[in-house]
Amino acid sequence: MWPGRLIFPPALGTSGGLDEKDRPMTRIDDRFAKLKAEGKKAFVAYIMGGDPDYDTSLAVMKGLPDAGVDIIELGMPFTDPMADGPTIQLAGQRALEGGQTLQKTLDMVTEFRKGDPTTPIVMMGYFNPIYSRGVDRFLADAVNAGIDGLIIVDLPPEEDEELCIPAQKAGINFIRLATPTTDDKRLPKVLQNTSGFVYYVSITGITGAAEAQAADVAPEVARIKAKTDLPVIVGFGIKTPETSEAIARVADGAVVGSAIVSEIAAGKPVSEILSFVKGLADGAHRA
Amino acid sequence: MANDLFNSFMTGPDEKGRFGDFGGRFVSETLMPLILELEAEYENAKTDQSFWDEMDFLWKHYVGRPSPLYHAERLTEHLGGAKVYMKRDELNHTGAHKINNVLGQIILARRMGKTRIIAETGAGQHGVATATVCAKFGLKCVVYMGAHDVERQAPNVFRMKLLGAEVVPVTSGRGTLKDAMNDALRDWVTNVRDTFYCIGTVAGPHPYPAMVRDFQSIIGKEAKEQMMEAEGRLPDTIIAAIGGGSNAMGLFFPFLDDKDVQIIGVEAGGKGVNEKMEHCASLTGGRPGVLHGNRTYLLQDEDGQILEGFSISAGLDYPGIGPEHSWLHEIGRAEYVAITDAEALEAFKLCCELEGIIPALEPSHALAHVMKIAPKLPKDHIICMNMCGRGDKDIFTVAKALGFEM
Repeated sequence: MWPGRLIFPPALGTSGGLDEKDRPMTRIDDRFAKLKAEGKKAFVAYIMGGDPDYDTSLAVMKGLPDAGVDIIELGMPFTDPMADGPTIQLAGQRALEGGQTLQKTLDMVTEFRKGDPTTPIVMMGYFNPIYSRGVDRFLADAVNAGIDGLIIVDLPPEEDEELCIPAQKAGINFIRLATPTTDDKRLPKVLQNTSGFVYYVSITGITGAAEAQAADVAPEVARIKAKTDLPVIVGFGIKTPETSEAIARVADGAVVGSAIVSEIAAGKPVSEILSFVKGLADGAHRA
Repeated sequence: MANDLFNSFMTGPDEKGRFGDFGGRFVSETLMPLILELEAEYENAKTDQSFWDEMDFLWKHYVGRPSPLYHAERLTEHLGGAKVYMKRDELNHTGAHKINNVLGQIILARRMGKTRIIAETGAGQHGVATATVCAKFGLKCVVYMGAHDVERQAPNVFRMKLLGAEVVPVTSGRGTLKDAMNDALRDWVTNVRDTFYCIGTVAGPHPYPAMVRDFQSIIGKEAKEQMMEAEGRLPDTIIAAIGGGSNAMGLFFPFLDDKDVQIIGVEAGGKGVNEKMEHCASLTGGRPGVLHGNRTYLLQDEDGQILEGFSISAGLDYPGIGPEHSWLHEIGRAEYVAITDAEALEAFKLCCELEGIIPALEPSHALAHVMKIAPKLPKDHIICMNMCGRGDKDIFTVAKALGFEM
């Protein structure tokens, strides 16, 4: 049982920057180019894959582009969503109880792609289900399904070798969260290996918490845009068409999650959920 | 001691917070600047004599350290083999080893100017220790505790309230220790400016596993000196129970480079380590994954969803384990075994009857393994087990298990 000589392996390289050649171009870049040409801001909608069940969730997802959604964020349920508020937590629980797995979330994307080859899809969640499946296997499956980007909440730049670098080498954007605690000293590190867009978290806190304030967000977005050419999208705490518009006005777009998930939780018909989404999307597009 | 760093087991973690492949910093961006700040402050405090002077003073006058190393004569005689010693950390103020670590973290929080302390707790021992030290220093204290644990550990909930802490029953997820940790992290993400998260075990993002281990290492340091005084040599085997693994890491760490000392960690086997997963034995019955900021062995299903553990001991009821234990397990420096609820209960009773010590259910697991191996070992074989907590908190659970009406 006693190993002979043993030492901690040296840290992997400097984890430096991603080579430009490895920075993928995806449907996300195409979509932002198109929006820019039209002079419009982006509206991003989040739903939890498999909430409340696979079929309903897929029906909502298929209706999002016509409701004005420019980019879809598809949640991967996890038992321990540490950065999420009660709304998203419960959505994940409903999905898991309904039998949702990572495979089924990938299947949803495959199904969606049959009818929509252009709307960008970003999968959002936590690392363990991906790690459990195996990073290489997951990335191959994600590329096949037609996924464009990943937002993995518990993978900061310090852990870039885990998934961020391999994902981009596989042709998938890795979208990073920047937060009010990301100071100027740290910002370059956060932006370094990010692609697709930057997701600015409007508050310190969990999803679905306090209302985002455009006046607080504007200088932060400007601070980030001074350091990157990537679009900056703002999320957390956007619940109404008015806030959606106000936030989109000071950024490149707005993300709404919990407010949409609440409509799904209330058991509303798909058509009503989608008309609620349309109101939010119209708000952002007015900006 | 190993005579060069190259052969040492005591140099971890590396600068990325890794013990081999385990550990790391798997947290959201909002928390990342906070744990980097904490790491810098801790590195600073570690080499600051005034920090350790304050710790030593409080360990001695407030906690009651050093805790005795006690030769359990009647137990030794009963088992008829190895000579059994107990490191009596159950005699600490608040009745467990938890306060060793809490003192360190709260002194650090004060140095960082934080005014609000949050903690998670399972059985309530870490919550009580945190509430205690916060009362002593006049700090606001909020303790997250699974709603199920709030119910079954009512005396500890009342203790925390007496000490001025706010106890928040956690109903998210399944309302257990891991959910309490999730809610504590959610609180921390929301109140980043004034709040310090006092983690109770050797888990979480770097630097917590290393920092908590360093604070708990007082157990092993004392045990080593006391054993030299009592026997003139080191023990042959050291044994401790493991939930997250802080009392075990505290005993083990100072012995890691003493290669003739056998190290055994005892996990909670619940109803038995089988495919039904009615246990908390992360190393014996789990596989590597990422949760609560670190990569380590976890109880999880094939889709990477985290499973609930099961144990008669609320303090061992956690689906993960400290990353350094995962590393020690993989390289084979420590050996990990599982003990069932029934075996732990037998040890609990025997310890009461033969030694006049009512042990907590956590160290009862360690003691149960001592009972298994000691009879087969020669009389000059020395075992040191960590009696990391007293059993007052467990009498209701034990009464129920033994069919007593209270």
